[in-house]
Amino acid sequence: MARQIRIALRNCGVIDPERIEDYISRDGYMALATVLTELSPEAVIEILKKSGLRGRGGGGFPAGLKWEITRKVQADQKYVVCNADEGDPGAFMDRSILEGDPHAVLEAMTINGYCTGASKGLIYIRAEYPLAVERLKTAMKQSREMGLLGNNILQTGFNFDIDIRYGAGAFVCGEETALIHSMEGLRGEPTVKPPFPSVEGYLKKPTNVNNVETFANVPVIINKGWEWFASIGTEKSKGTKVFALAGKINNVGLVEVPMGTTLREVIYEIGGGIQGGKEFKAAQTGGPSGGCLTKKHLDTPIDYDNLIAAGSMMGSGGLIVMDEDDCMVAIAKFYLGFTVEESCGKCSPCRIGNKRLFELLEKITQGNGTMEDIDKLRNLSTVIKDTSLCGLGQSSPNPVLSTIENFIGEYHEHVKDKKCRSKVCKSMMQYLVVPEKCIGCTLCARNCPVNAISGERKQVHLIDQEKCIKCGACLEKCKFNAIIIN
Amino acid sequence: MKTIKLIIDGKTAEVPENTTLLKAAKTVGIDIPTLCYFELKDMNIENRPGGCRVCVVEVKGRRNLAPACNTMVAEGMEVYTHNIRVLNARRTVLELILSDHPAECLTCAKSGSCELQSMAQQLGVREIPYQGEQSKYRKDTSPAIIRDVDKCIMCRRCEMMCNDVQTVGALNAVNRGFMAVVAPAFEMNLEKSPCTYCGQCVSVCPTGALTEVDHSRNVINALADPAKTVVVQTAPAVRAALGEEFGLAPGTLVTGKMVAALRRLGFDYVFDTDFAADLTIMEEGTELLDRLTRYLKGDKDVKLPILTSCCPGWVNFFEHNFPEMRDIPSTAKSPQQMFGPIAKEYFGKKLGIDRKNMIVVSIMPCLAKKYECQRDEFKVDGDPDVNFSLSTRELAHLIKASNIDFSSLPEDDFDNPLGESTGASVIFGTTGGVIEAACRTAYELYTGKKLEKVDFKELRGLENVRHATIDFDGLPINIGIAHGLGNARKLLEDIRDGKSQFHAIEIMACPGGCIGGGGQPYHHGDSEVIKLRASALYREDAGKPIRKSHENPFILELYKDFLGKPCGEKSHHLLHTHYFDKSAGVFVEE
Repeated sequence: MARQIRIALRNCGVIDPERIEDYISRDGYMALATVLTELSPEAVIEILKKSGLRGRGGGGFPAGLKWEITRKVQADQKYVVCNADEGDPGAFMDRSILEGDPHAVLEAMTINGYCTGASKGLIYIRAEYPLAVERLKTAMKQSREMGLLGNNILQTGFNFDIDIRYGAGAFVCGEETALIHSMEGLRGEPTVKPPFPSVEGYLKKPTNVNNVETFANVPVIINKGWEWFASIGTEKSKGTKVFALAGKINNVGLVEVPMGTTLREVIYEIGGGIQGGKEFKAAQTGGPSGGCLTKKHLDTPIDYDNLIAAGSMMGSGGLIVMDEDDCMVAIAKFYLGFTVEESCGKCSPCRIGNKRLFELLEKITQGNGTMEDIDKLRNLSTVIKDTSLCGLGQSSPNPVLSTIENFIGEYHEHVKDKKCRSKVCKSMMQYLVVPEKCIGCTLCARNCPVNAISGERKQVHLIDQEKCIKCGACLEKCKFNAIIIN
Repeated sequence: MKTIKLIIDGKTAEVPENTTLLKAAKTVGIDIPTLCYFELKDMNIENRPGGCRVCVVEVKGRRNLAPACNTMVAEGMEVYTHNIRVLNARRTVLELILSDHPAECLTCAKSGSCELQSMAQQLGVREIPYQGEQSKYRKDTSPAIIRDVDKCIMCRRCEMMCNDVQTVGALNAVNRGFMAVVAPAFEMNLEKSPCTYCGQCVSVCPTGALTEVDHSRNVINALADPAKTVVVQTAPAVRAALGEEFGLAPGTLVTGKMVAALRRLGFDYVFDTDFAADLTIMEEGTELLDRLTRYLKGDKDVKLPILTSCCPGWVNFFEHNFPEMRDIPSTAKSPQQMFGPIAKEYFGKKLGIDRKNMIVVSIMPCLAKKYECQRDEFKVDGDPDVNFSLSTRELAHLIKASNIDFSSLPEDDFDNPLGESTGASVIFGTTGGVIEAACRTAYELYTGKKLEKVDFKELRGLENVRHATIDFDGLPINIGIAHGLGNARKLLEDIRDGKSQFHAIEIMACPGGCIGGGGQPYHHGDSEVIKLRASALYREDAGKPIRKSHENPFILELYKDFLGKPCGEKSHHLLHTHYFDKSAGVFVEE
């Protein structure tokens, strides 16, 4: 784990998140004190801009620039919003930060309020994160008691307070305009940008929306200086990124590595390699609407721009590793299934297009696909990306496009040979009895849940393909390796 | 305002800042196709959710395509509206929408007026390559409106009308992803919602997802029944719009042809709702004067302002939303519902026809009228005063289905006695018309003097909320006018909060008044059509020999012969009604 540098996760697992003293003892609220007593809002924004911190929620927009835009808009009321609507399957970095270091987020939001001119902060958090909510509430209470939140913070005359808003688990509400509508009590669906929230957001007021992990970086940047932060990472992606390792990897969980670390280092050095010593096939980054990276990307430094160039994206930092047993067509279908469920339904390409993509993939994985279907997948994916209203639809076809790009052979096998090499797409598989090996023990027939296997004792058995549901029970039970998958 | 210069398809456009690409393109002769986009100019009504994505265009330097309806111009922008990338995307998006739309064009009520259908034609779609599952929903039939949301394309126009313009809040997007659709809360039936049946959702729906309940078959059956005397009444706004269904220019008055067509359809008596509108003025005008006189005498209990009550959508609206104020509107029934009992209890009895053997049909620009005529208080022993209400559109279909060549019909006159009307009643069909008609009569009745200037131009126009003070010979009468229920809500809230200084207020549920009603030929967002219909009505008014309701000789005879006096006992019984508190009872679990 030597390659790890913990900035966003600096306190997670180290301090007692329910004790503000623990946070303070590790330089907590020092940044806020510095900001309020020594720095002008412009100076803080300048530090942030020079640090090169970019949004960790997926978009990668320069944080300092966003703060500056919000600051420059004239309004009687502004808001700071922390986007804690973490929704990528398998990703839980925001949750870890909120549960393990809630004060870091509160401190950063307060600094943001000072810089943008907002007096009110809102944390939009999934209702499914009860412990995070509890710890946030505890932290807010403690910081209010210590004069670090509320009126006249640190006796400087600066007022800022924070409230919690609950999300009901819609993935699309992680999109900032949808999030704001949800907070306003409206249907959680995105609207066309511009206007950006920084100009017109919550209740039509300028609203600075940043992700949990982005906020968690801010106090450290103030304390240690932008030069230090900017020295970590690549040219255009500074600092670290938390990844949630999952899938066929030995060490699953959160890792925080400098931007520019290669996929090989993450998977083999930190992740401990592929489970069961199997061969690495692909890694999905950027959640369900990211793309897959393959062997040829193993030595590519991971940063915002390289991932986009590779047909994927940073997203919130999900990293799902796949091995030779994974069928890439089925993987694409799995992710599309997620986006079909989570589309808000507002714009037609996302609402209907993703459904059609899913159906085409289903057709292919069932062995009914044609070469024309692959062309349709390509065209449809391109159009959905090109025409969808928000980031969800603009990226949802990525798994399709990147698997077609990198694993076109597997698509061809499914379509032309009606074969799934990873033996995942069951529709195309046939369980067969090898007559030479079958001794007629009847074990398979007795274990078949749908009575698809016939044969007399000591006679060769036969599987009725019409009835077979491809559960694999016969294969498992046969002691003579007499059952094979075709 | 700053001028922005940009290039669209190689042409230089110069437009004010904050102009959309869609409108900028129009200035250089480029008509970008749209589907969800909708605008009624001069009426503050616009829908641009950026949802359908049919209007996408390429903006140089931008990663993805931009929706022209919702992207603002910027200096030096280079826009391409029909290069191969755009054309392919636009076509694919339309093919996707069609792939989730029932191919029922042959039998769809909207066929011929469907914007999705015309878009498919315009883009030359000949097959739908992306076939798959279609989203299916329960069909919902209310007394006035049918929701067949399998045909919904999520353009959200109805939602915009229902929420932003009408502030009714009966329709909203529900569900996620592929099953997302516009529906009442909890996907309950419209009947269980606060829907007023104003029909504005129907008039803007681009497809057949929202249509009227069609009663034309009932009317055909009644006409074919020899035992029934079938009487028809036609609302003022119908004559100003019906011609559009037969290719005549908007604003063409077709009163005479309409009467001829109705006669050919076999109606025994072709009467005019305008006659009942004159009657309404007699009753409502008298009620206004009564309240006003009592008020001026210092009666503290009298309720002012008086609100008009001819519009059934409006009546539904205050019954749902302001039930505590239901003693403010006039108790006078609407013209449609005044006509019913006069036809059945006066005219029918005179001819010796039992009310059960008389069928009264109304031709209305309105869908709420369908609901209104079904209300229990407008029935006698279960027999409705008005049996069926057809929309202007349904009448047009009936005429077409009966082999009548409308445009070549000779002009014909209404039957008497319920067909004679004044200019005052004709303008009931447009916003401001009812109150103008009332002023013409109330002025003369109050002052005892002859009104020299019949036209109250200060009461006309299309501004959302209008105010005017009319001089009643030294007594200033403050008039308020609102069309569209959102505007009505503002006036009502002012009254409730004691901010209102009005003596009388006219409210029409539909933008523009009845000429913009939910049952009128589809205007497809062209507000010029609505203006032309209004001017047609003012033209008919100006051309009438009698222009004040209280001078209608048949009205005078009706009072002499039957009713006695306005707001008298018989009128009270036949021509006035009461209102209900409907604030509870909506969104109740079935």
